[in-house]
Amino acid sequence: MTIKRRTVLKGMLASGASLTALKAPYVQAQTAAFKIGLLTVKTGPLAQGGIQMEQGINTFLKEKSSTLAGRKIEFLSADTGGNPAGAKTKAQELIERDKVNVILGPLAAFELLAITDYVRENQTPLISLAAAEDVTQRKANPFVIRPSATSAQACHVMGDYAAKELKFKRAATISEDFAFGYEQMSGFQRVFEDNGGKVVKKLWPPLVTPDYTPYIAQIGNVDCVFNGFAGSNPVKFMRSYADLGLQRIQLLAGWTAMDDALLRSLGDEAVGVISAAWYSADLDTPTNKRFVEAMQKDYNVLPGGYSAGMYIAGQCVEAAIQKLDTKSDDRKALADALHQISLTDTPRGPVKFDQYGNVVGDIFIRKCERKGRQLTNTVIKTYPNVSQFWTYDEKQFLAQPVYARDVPPAKNLE
Amino acid sequence: MNWRSARTPAIVLALVALATLPIWVGNPYYINVSSQILLFAVFALALNVLVGYGGLVSLGHAGLFAMAGYAAALMLQAGYGHLAAILTGLLVVLASAAVFGLLALRSTGIGFLMITLALGQIVWGIAYRWASLTNGDNGVNVPTRPAPFGLVLSNAPAFYYATLLIFLLCVGTMMLFVRSPFGASLRGTRDQARRMNALGYNVWLIRFVAILFSGLWTGVSGLLFLYYNQFISPQVAALQTSAEALLMVISGGTATLLGPIAGAAIVVIMKNVVSAYIERWNLVLGVIFVAIITFMPEGLVPGIVRFWKLGWRAFRERRAPAALRNVVEPPP
Amino acid sequence: MLVSINANQAAILAVNSVSLGGVLFLLSAGFSLIFGLMRIPNLMHGSFFMLGAYFGVTLLDQKIGMNSWLAALLSGLAMAVIGGAIERLLLRRLAGQELPQVLLTLGLSFIVADLCLMIWTGDPWQPSPPAQLRGAFQAAGLFFPIFRVVIILVAVAIAIALWLMIDWTRLGAMIRAGVDDAPIARVCGIKVSQLFTLIFALGAGLAAFGGVVGSPFLSVYPGLDAEMLPLALIVVILGGTGSLLGALVGSFLIGALFNFGQAMLPDLAYVILFLPMLLVLVLRPQGLFGKVQA
Repeated sequence: MTIKRRTVLKGMLASGASLTALKAPYVQAQTAAFKIGLLTVKTGPLAQGGIQMEQGINTFLKEKSSTLAGRKIEFLSADTGGNPAGAKTKAQELIERDKVNVILGPLAAFELLAITDYVRENQTPLISLAAAEDVTQRKANPFVIRPSATSAQACHVMGDYAAKELKFKRAATISEDFAFGYEQMSGFQRVFEDNGGKVVKKLWPPLVTPDYTPYIAQIGNVDCVFNGFAGSNPVKFMRSYADLGLQRIQLLAGWTAMDDALLRSLGDEAVGVISAAWYSADLDTPTNKRFVEAMQKDYNVLPGGYSAGMYIAGQCVEAAIQKLDTKSDDRKALADALHQISLTDTPRGPVKFDQYGNVVGDIFIRKCERKGRQLTNTVIKTYPNVSQFWTYDEKQFLAQPVYARDVPPAKNLE
Repeated sequence: MNWRSARTPAIVLALVALATLPIWVGNPYYINVSSQILLFAVFALALNVLVGYGGLVSLGHAGLFAMAGYAAALMLQAGYGHLAAILTGLLVVLASAAVFGLLALRSTGIGFLMITLALGQIVWGIAYRWASLTNGDNGVNVPTRPAPFGLVLSNAPAFYYATLLIFLLCVGTMMLFVRSPFGASLRGTRDQARRMNALGYNVWLIRFVAILFSGLWTGVSGLLFLYYNQFISPQVAALQTSAEALLMVISGGTATLLGPIAGAAIVVIMKNVVSAYIERWNLVLGVIFVAIITFMPEGLVPGIVRFWKLGWRAFRERRAPAALRNVVEPPP
Repeated sequence: MLVSINANQAAILAVNSVSLGGVLFLLSAGFSLIFGLMRIPNLMHGSFFMLGAYFGVTLLDQKIGMNSWLAALLSGLAMAVIGGAIERLLLRRLAGQELPQVLLTLGLSFIVADLCLMIWTGDPWQPSPPAQLRGAFQAAGLFFPIFRVVIILVAVAIAIALWLMIDWTRLGAMIRAGVDDAPIARVCGIKVSQLFTLIFALGAGLAAFGGVVGSPFLSVYPGLDAEMLPLALIVVILGGTGSLLGALVGSFLIGALFNFGQAMLPDLAYVILFLPMLLVLVLRPQGLFGKVQA
């Protein structure tokens, strides 16, 4: 997106002129634009999510005419290339060269982990989309808030729904062999098993796998399969799943696997899949209706979590600027203000943050249906006020090590 | 003044510019980019030892780069000091280079390329999968940079100077290597392996030592990378990194020492600086490579030298020919 | 370390091995010929596969609704034209210079990858298989997707067609002569340069055809080129360069290694394809069916 310099200059000129007239020197500082930097991915395999992130924040800024709580916004977008070194360099660019007030993003957990210390040292607030659990748990960073979710936040809910409502007893999990996959599957396993279920098979195809057949063939005799695929992998996976005749076994999914933005790439193989997500395009909040309409008009896409996450991030920035008023240039104060935010009307419903900076909000169970020619995820149940710790005691949760491939250990494997 | 005698002043000018860079660049972001250019230049120079002077194209050097970085990072994580970590990193990379060499030298040409590619991919796979050791794709964080003799390296100019010193050391070593008998024999094995063999040279050993030398400097650049980012993750060992290093070497020109440095500068500047202004920078980078190949297939630096010479000669011809043609020797 | 599989699973994996092998053959046959004849390590081969698959996505889009096979053929032809143009205009000037060829093909692959991202966006696409071939047939309670089985037949048909061309036609004889000894072939009056353009175009076209045929199964997304290229390299190394039989056997071997290896040795999933390749290179550098290079 191009930086709206003309708007900024016009704004500055206007406010400068009016200020000299009013002789209000303290407001002079406010005429400098408030800079928002976005760390996204626009090249390579992760570009799909990255492009959506930018669309989300652009939609928000357009709706607000690039003015939040009276301040002009200058928006800068940086392409990290989807790798940690790139994320670090672009974070440096935004912080050292461009002197942004707040950073939005990044996309991937490994990118966030590469820059979390740097952001803390340079005292720049960051509103993350990336899911790495520990950044808001055992290694909580006071400059980071996360309005999206931790990897396991929605998966805990899925485990609960699968065990209690769907009354499944035996599950298999399958997800990519990397941290995001481990954290999701561990969250599901923990709650599912605590409610009487058993995870009897855990499959971990490598992140780059052209064909999932060898893994699907091993699924065996289970009531349901929970998958946490991300990026473009869910498309291949669901097609193979259907091709190999496994649709008789209920497929459950995490938020990236059935993200609403992915529906246009899916076909009949997605019908009937139940997913747990922190955002759903069919939510009936006033902001969401506006948001979805604007995304469809400007970009001709149905928004998913990537765009919604950044739209909500924009809302958080607006609320913080509003709260701080003249002190919004103080980055430390901004970080503290962001933690205190409580919003009621966002595309995902109510949003507030726990003491570690992670969101506490609604999680939705959705079922994929075909309405006319389109696929939609229809919300069938809402779990309100879900935190990253589910119903577990916070101290006990944090006393255990972070979710990993073997944490908690799978004791019921066959 | 012909271009050859312009060389020494040019080198002096370059050194002065490099030494005073933090002053005239100003913004710490660009100083950091310069540090990156220098450390990737070391990587490219190391790779060029094999590609340019040895005729052995490797697509697995990212594996060596990563081995050094991971060894040091894991040592630091285990609580050892920076000196121990750096030494371990260098030892590990030498051992890895030896393994690479033993396996890869079973073949030449595309076979060598494929074996090094496979070895690089194996290192990448291990870094990802052996998460209990390497922490998988969550990577390993390095909280502090070394402080040799009490000098703090945590700010941009200080780290830049440290990198510059190591870079100059590398260039000096490369110059010595190129002019040495060993360098000559390596070039010999590149051009005429069979003849070298017939002359009694141990071609295999020469190549093996070259791989160790290349591996050592690759490891040095890997350590610089680790301390620059203060983070390492499996992506460092990916095929893409090896391919980028190879591109730096080829686009800059393999026959010179300046070539890989120029190539590193192009790639780093495109990725980090130009990407801020041009959204489709990947496309532009590809176009630059195609353009270099079309107009200067020997590489950017030799190509520029060629154009310079052509231009200089044409310039000289235009200025003086009439006068020279009518010059008559004065009578004794 | 070793996961056991039962007979049912083995059956599914066996069929899948052969169909993956079929797609790999279409991908690597071209690469094998190009490298065998022209000694060019064509690092944009994955890009041809991906670009062809994207062409297929557009042609198979509901609004145009073309027949799948026709789409694959058209895409192949389009890519053949593009490949021929690249060879004639850009690669020919670099004959014999391996490193510049690497730089050129890599640079072109960057350009193609970014263009595809611009035109088809970052979303993944997965066209449906041709209508008559959807669904699966069931045998002994197992599902065998019809389309994947048909891919095997298509790959074998193309393999036979290529073999007939190479072993039984005059053109094929010229190609074989060029692979064995290009300078002498020139001396005999064979227009080796024109053959080069033809082979490069054929290789690119085959890869594109493979991309469209494989797309209902592999889907099309940014990064497909970087995933497919190492597979092509591995097949060709294992099977031997310049050998069609090598590419065929190599493809099925890699298909089997991939399927059974990922299922039975999941800890080695990342290296399951590279370890055997390494073994072959170290023990028999010319590959299973390749000739020892002079």
